[in-house]
Amino acid sequence: MANKTVLEGVRDALHNEMARDSRVFIMGEDVGPRGNVFLITKGFLEEFGRDRVVDTPLAEASIVGIAVGAAMVGMRPVAEIQFADFIYPAYNQIVGEAAKIRYRSAGGNSCPLVIRTPYGGGVRGALSHSVSVEALFYHVPGLKVCVPSTPADAQGMLTSAIRDDDPVLFLEHKRTYRLIKGEVPDGDFTVPIGKADVARPGKDLSVITYGLMRHFAVEAAETLAKEGVEAEVIDLRSIRPMDRSAILESVRKTRRALIVHEDQKFGGIGAEVSAIIAEEAFFDLDAPIRRVCGPDVPAMGYAKEYEEAFMPNPDKIAAAMRDLVAI
Amino acid sequence: MAIVTMPQLGETVTEGTVGRWLKKEGEAVAKYEPLLEVETDKVASEIPSPFAGTLTKIVAAEGSTIPVGAPVCEIGESGVEAKAAPNASTTAPAEPAARVSHNAAPSISSDGEADDNRYSPAVRKLAREHGVDLRQLSGSGRGGRITAKDVIDHSGAAATGQAPAAQTAASVTAAPAAHVAAPAKLIPVAPPGEGDTSVRVTQMRKTIAEHMVLSKTTVPHAWSMVEADVTEVAKWREREKEGFKAREGVNLTFLPIVVTAVCGALREFPRVNATWAGDRIIVRSHVNIGIAVEIEEGLVVPVIRDADRLSLSGLARAITELVAKARSRKLTMEDMSDGTFTVDNTGALGSIASYPIINPPQAAIITMEAVVKRPWVINDAIAIRSIMNLCMSLDHRVLDGSVASRFLQSVKRRLETFST
Amino acid sequence: MSSPRAAREESLASASNDRLMKSEPKVRVSLPEGLSADTLREMYYRMVLTRLCDDRAFALNRQGKIPFAATCQGHEAAQVAAAYALKRGTDWVVPYYRDTALALAYGVTPREQLMCLFARKDDIFSSGRQFPNHYSVPDRKIASISSIIAAHVTHGVGMALAFKMRKEPVVTLITFGEGSTSEGEWHEAMNFAGIHNVPVVFLCENNEFAISVPQKLQMAVPNVADRAAAYGFPGVICDGTDVVATYSVVHEAVERARKGEGPTLVEAKVYRAMSHTSDDNQLTYRTPEDIEALKGRDPIPRFAGWLKDRGLMDDEMIAQMKKKAQAEVDDATDWAEAQPPPTEADLYTHVYASGPLS
Repeated sequence: MANKTVLEGVRDALHNEMARDSRVFIMGEDVGPRGNVFLITKGFLEEFGRDRVVDTPLAEASIVGIAVGAAMVGMRPVAEIQFADFIYPAYNQIVGEAAKIRYRSAGGNSCPLVIRTPYGGGVRGALSHSVSVEALFYHVPGLKVCVPSTPADAQGMLTSAIRDDDPVLFLEHKRTYRLIKGEVPDGDFTVPIGKADVARPGKDLSVITYGLMRHFAVEAAETLAKEGVEAEVIDLRSIRPMDRSAILESVRKTRRALIVHEDQKFGGIGAEVSAIIAEEAFFDLDAPIRRVCGPDVPAMGYAKEYEEAFMPNPDKIAAAMRDLVAI
Repeated sequence: MAIVTMPQLGETVTEGTVGRWLKKEGEAVAKYEPLLEVETDKVASEIPSPFAGTLTKIVAAEGSTIPVGAPVCEIGESGVEAKAAPNASTTAPAEPAARVSHNAAPSISSDGEADDNRYSPAVRKLAREHGVDLRQLSGSGRGGRITAKDVIDHSGAAATGQAPAAQTAASVTAAPAAHVAAPAKLIPVAPPGEGDTSVRVTQMRKTIAEHMVLSKTTVPHAWSMVEADVTEVAKWREREKEGFKAREGVNLTFLPIVVTAVCGALREFPRVNATWAGDRIIVRSHVNIGIAVEIEEGLVVPVIRDADRLSLSGLARAITELVAKARSRKLTMEDMSDGTFTVDNTGALGSIASYPIINPPQAAIITMEAVVKRPWVINDAIAIRSIMNLCMSLDHRVLDGSVASRFLQSVKRRLETFST
Repeated sequence: MSSPRAAREESLASASNDRLMKSEPKVRVSLPEGLSADTLREMYYRMVLTRLCDDRAFALNRQGKIPFAATCQGHEAAQVAAAYALKRGTDWVVPYYRDTALALAYGVTPREQLMCLFARKDDIFSSGRQFPNHYSVPDRKIASISSIIAAHVTHGVGMALAFKMRKEPVVTLITFGEGSTSEGEWHEAMNFAGIHNVPVVFLCENNEFAISVPQKLQMAVPNVADRAAAYGFPGVICDGTDVVATYSVVHEAVERARKGEGPTLVEAKVYRAMSHTSDDNQLTYRTPEDIEALKGRDPIPRFAGWLKDRGLMDDEMIAQMKKKAQAEVDDATDWAEAQPPPTEADLYTHVYASGPLS
């Protein structure tokens, strides 16, 4: 085992897969000598060469479109969008093209593409370096969407994503890059896409969450434990496919569900999780389903006060947990 | 005296390494003058001093790695900034928000009222599974709400034979407000012991149980009895029964005879064919007689609609048909609904007096007891006569003693003068 | 790039006996390199076959048997020429929805074409999921496309990038109309191709109309080919109704790419004989006279004339070819119409590699 940051987990997954499989290459802005704006691909150009570490022009639609074409003829490209806030020009290529290729060719063509991008706030990134975009993509059949939050999950799931025959949108919470450290297995390992993780077992309520919020939820759960409430924290890790049975198993046990995500509330992942619980575990619910989410404003402002008001934190989550068990 | 802290040089940086100090202890520093060099794994920078003054103390040595927001040096005196100016850097994020903001759960005014009928799906399901009467529980949830845990705890306590104490709060959260006074406690039952057997309670039995409890606890039962001399009817029946069977294809029992008498009496005293509806009594125009039929799982009461319009043979046939349907489980919802009065042939098994439970929403029920030969006084002489007791339970909200008695007298008279 | 243009001008100077063209002739006198007599006759056959398929599609549409048809009439010469300029089985084609002739010349059969029109379950392109003419036959090196204009152009560049990385001598031909060249992604694709010198040929089939929008409202430059200079590689114009001229130009571009000399933008000037698709009526934006005049540019009789002039075909052969092509189209129609359509059970296949996932 090694102790790594999330960033190092991402880096090692990329590095190991590029070393293992010559079909894997990365393309994006500043991935070459700059080594990516977070230094994730530092040293890759020297090791793997210009053919496999491609600095693209500033044109997000074609970063993905060109990667789609390469994937269609058997390469395993890992395209990077520098910040999730910049992904919108590539939306058609991801949702209208990559996600549909297998379906529209009835299996004749496929698109084993990974699109990696950092998302999320807490770094004073302001309106255009802090968004969460998962709700715009997880809706799309044919696409997979990963949201790991621990170093082991980041490394293991990125490895799985690169080896996956379907297009994967791999969302990395930028605040976790250096903040979150953890134990990571040595050598070659994968974490499956589509399986949630029980970050903390409990019996009094289920907290269903992902991303940076997983860590905040665990922290809030520790606080509540001192008050005699044992919260179970489920880290989804993957929102398409989503681990419905993990959600339902937990809620059937605890009978109370709290969903936590940083993304704006309306139409976020919490809406789908709520629907799943209401459809399939209605008779096990002892209280209404609750959500702690970002506010329904366009984005997180630059001032510290805006950012703190926007983002859920352990205290806000703990308050919601206390409230839920009291109903 | 002001403290200079490690700045955050980069969006995801959490610490920095002190490179060179560009000022020595005791040296004067101007605002914005380069103070020290800091390296992170993304960037190396000269840090301009946030304050003017004298560098009084270096806290972080060269080469040391300091978390963002921790002190690196102190700048004292001759400080133009009397109060600590905000640092050029950002502090470590997330000072705990004291208030619950919009993105936490909204305050619970809407579901806070004491409302013990707001059972959650889990509570209903658990109550059904464990046979718990929710009206007997007090809730530990907000506003006295009954929670799933309350039901589980209660059924667990009942099963282990403990007299359940007042329900305690499930967690250390706020204790519930005073709740509605709880009704009588459930009688504790010792679990099956050696030699005991456990009989599964079927849905039918559950329904009967609920119905019986409902009747007994909500309807004020009164009771009366008359004795009918059915000697002549019995003789008539003996004479007729074979021909009847041959003609009609069904047996001529006492039941259709009694039902005929009952229907006549109901026409005479329509108030008995009624139902209590809270703010009024509804007198039904149709006479739909429910006949209690015993089947393996329990008692069902299929209904003969407009029984007063059927002849004796019609009634006999209807009764036979309903009994057959009941025994072969073919009764429909329609067969079972809209009864206005019930006749129960308790005498078939030898009973001479019964205290029947009213079938709500009906106002009364009559039993026909066994026909027994007794020494009887007629015209001041003793004779052997066939006597059938008729017992009636009545809803005392709808009927009082005088109407009930007159009704029973009417049934008795009709039986005693039947058909002859 | 000088040789095709110079050679063309040379052939202009030497008079040709193209009986159908009143304006200056644009055909060569000698057989171009790589094109044998048999190949030329085969190319003619493919054009005739395409025309009959095209007519059949519209007939079926007017009969109410298929809801949608898109024409390629007027484009046949350019498309067949381009198909034959590639190395079949090696080079990839990323077409657009008007490339019926290209598809039928690059290995798609009439039966397969009709299966897609009827949206049958065993349609090899998409099992009835896509609109007509949305080809996809990976083992014959025809890429899957969508209906989104120009979305496929970056795909073609990505494919070419892959072949370059793998050092495979594969050229990718990307075709599109002049309307596509307004999309931002088209420019992004051209830009990347120029920077990274990928082995690609961009072929614009300019028929002057994007549905109803004429070229002068689509771009401020007179030719699409003029744009190539902005991306650092050559742009060439050819008469897309001239099979041989287009063949030469495209072939040269293909070989340039194969040798590692980078991309070329070829603009084949063609015309669109009919409305955009069966859902359009071009009389709302074009005059009947203009449309009638297009008949004089029909590449099929023109190529027939060219072949006859060189003694490569005669009227009897032409008649026989037409009869044979008609028989193929009739067989394809009857056969495809009789095939089963997809059912609800087919809805969930091929969402992910391992089936539908929640």
